[in-house]
Amino acid sequence: MNHSTAPQVSLFVTCLADLMRPSVAFATIRLLEHAGCEVSVPVEQTCCGQPGYNSGEYESTIPVAKRTIELFEHAEYVVAPSGSCAGMIVHHYPKLLTGEWRERALALAEKTWELTSFLTDVVKLDTPPAHPTQLPPLTYHDSCAGLRELGIKEQPRQLLKSLCGVDVTEMQQSDVCCGFGGTFCAKMPDISAKMADDKLRNASATNAAILTGGDLGCLLNIAGRARREGLDIEVRHVAEILSGDLYGPAIGEREG
Amino acid sequence: MEQHSDQFYALSEDALEKTEQVKRRDMLGLFMPLLRDAAMDELGEFEALRQHNKRIRQHTLDNLDYYLARFELEATNNGNQVHFADTGAELNSIVLDICQQHSARLVAKGKSMVTEETGLNDYLQRGGLDVVETDLGEYIIQLAGETPSHIVGPALHKSQSDIRDLFFDKHPLGERELEDIPALVSEARQMLRETFLKADVGIIGSNALIAETGYSMLVTNEGNGDLCANLPSILIVCTTLDRILPRGEDAAAVQRLLVRSATGQPQTCYTSFYSGPRREGDTDGPLETHFVLLDNKRSDILASDYKEMLQCIRCGACLNHCPIFTSVGGHSYGAVYTGPMGSVLTPLLSSLEEAEALPNACTSCGRCAEVCPSDIPLPDLLRDLRHEQSQQKITPRSWRGGLRLHAFLAARPTLYRFFVDLGVGVMARLGKKKGVFKRLPLASGWTQVRDFPAPQGDTFMKQYKARSRGDE
Repeated sequence: MNHSTAPQVSLFVTCLADLMRPSVAFATIRLLEHAGCEVSVPVEQTCCGQPGYNSGEYESTIPVAKRTIELFEHAEYVVAPSGSCAGMIVHHYPKLLTGEWRERALALAEKTWELTSFLTDVVKLDTPPAHPTQLPPLTYHDSCAGLRELGIKEQPRQLLKSLCGVDVTEMQQSDVCCGFGGTFCAKMPDISAKMADDKLRNASATNAAILTGGDLGCLLNIAGRARREGLDIEVRHVAEILSGDLYGPAIGEREG
Repeated sequence: MEQHSDQFYALSEDALEKTEQVKRRDMLGLFMPLLRDAAMDELGEFEALRQHNKRIRQHTLDNLDYYLARFELEATNNGNQVHFADTGAELNSIVLDICQQHSARLVAKGKSMVTEETGLNDYLQRGGLDVVETDLGEYIIQLAGETPSHIVGPALHKSQSDIRDLFFDKHPLGERELEDIPALVSEARQMLRETFLKADVGIIGSNALIAETGYSMLVTNEGNGDLCANLPSILIVCTTLDRILPRGEDAAAVQRLLVRSATGQPQTCYTSFYSGPRREGDTDGPLETHFVLLDNKRSDILASDYKEMLQCIRCGACLNHCPIFTSVGGHSYGAVYTGPMGSVLTPLLSSLEEAEALPNACTSCGRCAEVCPSDIPLPDLLRDLRHEQSQQKITPRSWRGGLRLHAFLAARPTLYRFFVDLGVGVMARLGKKKGVFKRLPLASGWTQVRDFPAPQGDTFMKQYKARSRGDE
């Protein structure tokens, strides 16, 4: 029995953070705990099922969705450092499922949040977890699902301002897709590369030293293209920046 | 129009190599959304109006038989002849018959995507007629022997110098230089005036058919549609049966959204309603008027899960906002309708096999749905098409297999954990020095154009479990 009044948050790690960049998940935990939440991590979680779902593999995604529901439906809040995974749970699980499972999906959707919107809209975090050094100019890529499925636009900007004291240097077309799109980036690599180049060109034009955003898929795509093209811009997840974790290599950078 | 959507991959690669055209499309992709956004901000009631528009269109589609019958009755009472065509071939032959009955030789055409869909120009030309497109963009691509690249701006892919070269090649210009845009426009206008005056038959499309009055509505910026409709003695309106709306005010509501979504204008220069042939005492207007209403699989779409696609009002906003359309241009789609709306329509009008690439030419970014004035859930419809492709085994077996294996493991945490911990551990060690992989087996689509960032170290779960154990 839990007698704490602290918000109880179940962390949806996201498979990309789990596999590629654990620092995003650790930063998320730090931020949530700093905001007064008690964070738990259901260790049996895997992936929200987006790769298959977006490719139209509905039947095989259903068991994945059901497992996620079973694993998280007893939480008070579910928070993910990703707009697309949160959007998948909030908008697409109810579409994918029927009957009782749809009801359960809708109930889970009610308490599922993307990290920056949870911090601003629910727990209203306004003090920094670390004492950040002066950040270099940074620009923000608005990932599509977070922006259009969950309305995340001002939240990360507001947090960067209030926690890190930095105003985002806005790039042109910050809300246009970077070309990731899940399996799209592998199915149509040339078009995807062109879109990533547009993103990098717009980001570079701001002279920002860091490109940040709320979704690792986009960031891996943008960083991967920047490395291939030899462009010098650091790509980091917004959770890392907000939690003051700027010491390790940026995405795709070598150590040391 | 000849369909070659199966060449999307090759056509889009070619398109990306033409750097001048890429730059021009980038500019369009930047400015068209700005124009549209400014117009919507000024309107201030986009969401309410689009929900209104959506409800009207859904109501009409749900009662299409009633409204079609009403339209036919009213239009016939106004003195029009109404024809129904099941297929594109049927529309073409109805139109040719009408032309031949009047021994027509020259046809002046307004812009009509429906007649692009049926390949009407070629058919009439094979039937011995001269057909001249009179919309400036359509005129340009007709001279160039091309197809429209955009449903609203058919020649948006051409530069000023392309058009100048074309006129030099095709027109008797003498000493004239055509140095600027007004000179080019004036040149086309001179040529087209002769067509308007000489044409025996005018053919136009329609943005809306109004059931209660039997009228059709057409919006243009050049007024060429009105000249096609009023100067020749015979007028033929070619459109699809889903263009129908109950009342005049519904057409006006559509018009308010259509124009702002398309070009950012509050109005086009000309919005015309056509009622029928010249009446006694009228000084001008056609002597005989026809409506040809094409089905061409719209009834099938209406009965399918893709019914919402018929709410489309052909504004082109989804094209202008689609980063894939603006990257590769309309011609890469190999079909009449392009961009997101085309990627839904083309497979439904042709086949899922032939148009295999189109539903996949989408990152589900949702920008198309955000701006759609009819609130069509385009990304959902595109995903549903991918679902059908997978079910019908049109999707490559390796993709289906890979994604199903991923889902199989994702639903089995112990197995999933075993594989990812192992894989990530190995990759992290191999990639540590460089930070990225230049090439990766099983990820060639990714590494063809990008480096693959190496994992930071062990998976989060492995590290988290170790820390939790340490804490105890």
